[in-house]
Amino acid sequence: MRFFEDMPVGDRREVGSFTFTAEDIKRFARQYDPQRFHLSEEEGRKSLFGGLAASGWHVASVCMKLLVLDTQRSDRDAAARGERVAAGGPSPGFRDLRWIKPVLAGDTITFALEIESARTSDSRPEWGIMQIRNSGTNQRGELVFSFLATAFVPRRNVGA
Amino acid sequence: MTLTFEDFPPGPFGSFGPRHVTREEILAFAAEFDPQPMHLDEDAANKSMLRGLSGSGWHLCSLMMRMMCDGFIGRAASLGSPGVKELRWLAPLRPGDDLTLDIEVTEARVSKSRPESGIVTFKAVARNAKGEALCEMISPIIIRRRDGAGAA
Repeated sequence: MRFFEDMPVGDRREVGSFTFTAEDIKRFARQYDPQRFHLSEEEGRKSLFGGLAASGWHVASVCMKLLVLDTQRSDRDAAARGERVAAGGPSPGFRDLRWIKPVLAGDTITFALEIESARTSDSRPEWGIMQIRNSGTNQRGELVFSFLATAFVPRRNVGA
Repeated sequence: MTLTFEDFPPGPFGSFGPRHVTREEILAFAAEFDPQPMHLDEDAANKSMLRGLSGSGWHLCSLMMRMMCDGFIGRAASLGSPGVKELRWLAPLRPGDDLTLDIEVTEARVSKSRPESGIVTFKAVARNAKGEALCEMISPIIIRRRDGAGAA
């Protein structure tokens, strides 16, 4: 990943898009969230969602997938340019996760991240702590998903 | 019998599980959704800050969802969830863990916009067999009220 100094507050980056097929939605739901509106078109139509809807955890997991793949791509590019690549720490969690609109079968969601705030750690000065707003927008431009993640990001020239 | 809003007063609700988590499913989830070396490769995992193969935090979230479904949401009049207030990953999920889930209702209120339903806020804590908390989540779920409640 990039270093703390290379991720200014306000920086926004699209990380990729994913189309949720009915088959994907049902497969995830059978394993992790077998509620009727995630398993059947008919039940989905009768629900508040108005159609076969992806589990919110499926949406979040796909967001993670695209975040990871984007980081791995940009790390490879940076390494190819001979640049040093940073390794992030494990995330302590997130807050304010919102499933704003349903993600229905056939929807294509584009995910993006935006740096909301950044500070350095007092106890471990080699690390920065960032609040990153990750979000998903559907093919009609409607915001459907967002959460505020906390991330530990290494500083470029401090410590190890 | 279907559980409705009235069945979720504030207070401890119950404990669910155990749910055994295999190495294979940790690798499969990571390969599909969180392909970081610390979730996929033993050597890389040993060198990582988590010191050993660990499951994706999102896998743990998804497993908690499944345990909630099997435990009570599957027989509740759930209409879905608007989100998660806060989630903390406290310790890594490991291959072979037997998870239990402690559920508490922290708040239950009737919906203003949809008076036939209520919003129940749950605190869920996932623990391993040693009782160590791995993840703590606070999340509201919309649950239909008993038939006739809130009808105009």
